[in-house]
Amino acid sequence: MIRINCPYCGERDHSEFTYGGDATIKYPSLDSSEKEWTEAIFFRKNIKGFQLETWHHSNGCRMWLEVERSTVTHEIKSIKPCHPDLQKVVENNK
Amino acid sequence: MTRFNAWNVIKNGLNGQSGWSRQWRDPEPKNNYDVIIIGGGLHGLATAFYLAKNHNIKNVAVLEKGWIGGGNAGRNTTIVRSNYMMPGNHEFYEHSLKLWENLSHELNYNVMFSQRAHVSLFHSPGAKDSAARRYNIMRLHGTDAELWDLKTLKKKIPHLNYDDSRFPILGAAVQKRAGNARHDAVAWGYARAADQLGVDILQNCEVTGITRKNGNIESIQTSRGTIKSKKVGFAVAGNTSLLWQMAELGNLPIESHKLQAFVTESVKPLLDQVVVYGVGGAHFYISQSDKGSMVFGGDLDWYKSYAQRGNLPMVQDCAEAAMAILPCLGRIRLLRHWAGVMDMTMDGSFFICKTPISNLYLNAGWNYGGFKASPASGWYFADLIANENPHNYVHNHNLERFEKGINIDERGAGPDPKLHG
Repeated sequence: MIRINCPYCGERDHSEFTYGGDATIKYPSLDSSEKEWTEAIFFRKNIKGFQLETWHHSNGCRMWLEVERSTVTHEIKSIKPCHPDLQKVVENNK
Repeated sequence: MTRFNAWNVIKNGLNGQSGWSRQWRDPEPKNNYDVIIIGGGLHGLATAFYLAKNHNIKNVAVLEKGWIGGGNAGRNTTIVRSNYMMPGNHEFYEHSLKLWENLSHELNYNVMFSQRAHVSLFHSPGAKDSAARRYNIMRLHGTDAELWDLKTLKKKIPHLNYDDSRFPILGAAVQKRAGNARHDAVAWGYARAADQLGVDILQNCEVTGITRKNGNIESIQTSRGTIKSKKVGFAVAGNTSLLWQMAELGNLPIESHKLQAFVTESVKPLLDQVVVYGVGGAHFYISQSDKGSMVFGGDLDWYKSYAQRGNLPMVQDCAEAAMAILPCLGRIRLLRHWAGVMDMTMDGSFFICKTPISNLYLNAGWNYGGFKASPASGWYFADLIANENPHNYVHNHNLERFEKGINIDERGAGPDPKLHG
């Protein structure tokens, strides 16, 4: 079991969460070429090692989290809210 | 190498089994090959075999970082079927099934292919309609398919849980020609047959670097030295992205996920078919091996991973599914479980295609379906490498299909690799 330390709820089993995917994807502007959109939607780095990824606390607070996790050992380095404003709130409340 | 036939079996039975030779050579790498296939799994070995057999290209090496049969070839639930409906897929998998039907003779190696029927249960009128649609499409394309009503199903498999009030069994969609094979025998059989035709199988030969010159691949650096080749094929599903990036080709429409499989202790003959149970999100498939073990599997672990270790929530999930459908398994003990790393693609279908490098060819993205695809995968990948032109069945199984909007999405799940079960 992977234990994920949710900034809102505390440490929980990963079975409470839903894996989102690559957290580094930036969608291009609407008038970008099909090539750029294809790259953003379909193509992935598929990193072996530490990657930034999103998890949804779907059976908890239902907030989206940005997690830095190894795809080999499953060790987690950092967890923060996906939303930049909420990141600030969580930082300030520490 | 000694051929397997009745005469040799009897002769060696009388002389203390002393007349057998080793099944394939352990050669030193040559400096130059016509074709190098990276990945000594079922697909790589099959590709090498069909290159030699169908296209008379025999100066071929298969590079395997571990040993033959040690990767996903040994990490599957050995199910063979061809119940696909998308154009390209159904022809491809049906051809694969036809190759399976003659594979033991073709390889002179008993792959223990057992056409015991693939029985996919349905539990609601909607699921029945959906199964009928899929199986009608199969019949229109010449694949066998039938629907069993509850009476037939109860007669064939009397010990399923027919009293479940939440998910009552209404019947099953059945492919009778589908079944199981012995996974190790397939790897060994292809290795032996390819070796006999002159293919070098290089084990413990890990690729460490790829040298490009004028846009082409010039040589491959391996743990056993540098090897040159006119053409190179990747057949390393699970680790495709890593090799792809080693060749400086960027990103792929692939994520690596792990899929678990389970084996129990041996019991007397209990289940004579492959039974699939898919309801309420659960996904579960079970059969009995020739040794008597129950072999079963379920969904992915639901998060990206390169670890060949399964996580516990899926163990529980599969155990619950087993109990829901075959309550008689309640006291059976689990002997082993393991995870294999899958190339999960953005539409759930595979790639057999050319690449931006003119002498590099890609075989990848097998999702849940790599085992059954092995013979046809080797057949069409060899065809592509030899003839430079993708066969009609696989001409859309390329990397450009996403940009063109011709995704081959059997499940209609959209661009999320983990959802293509």
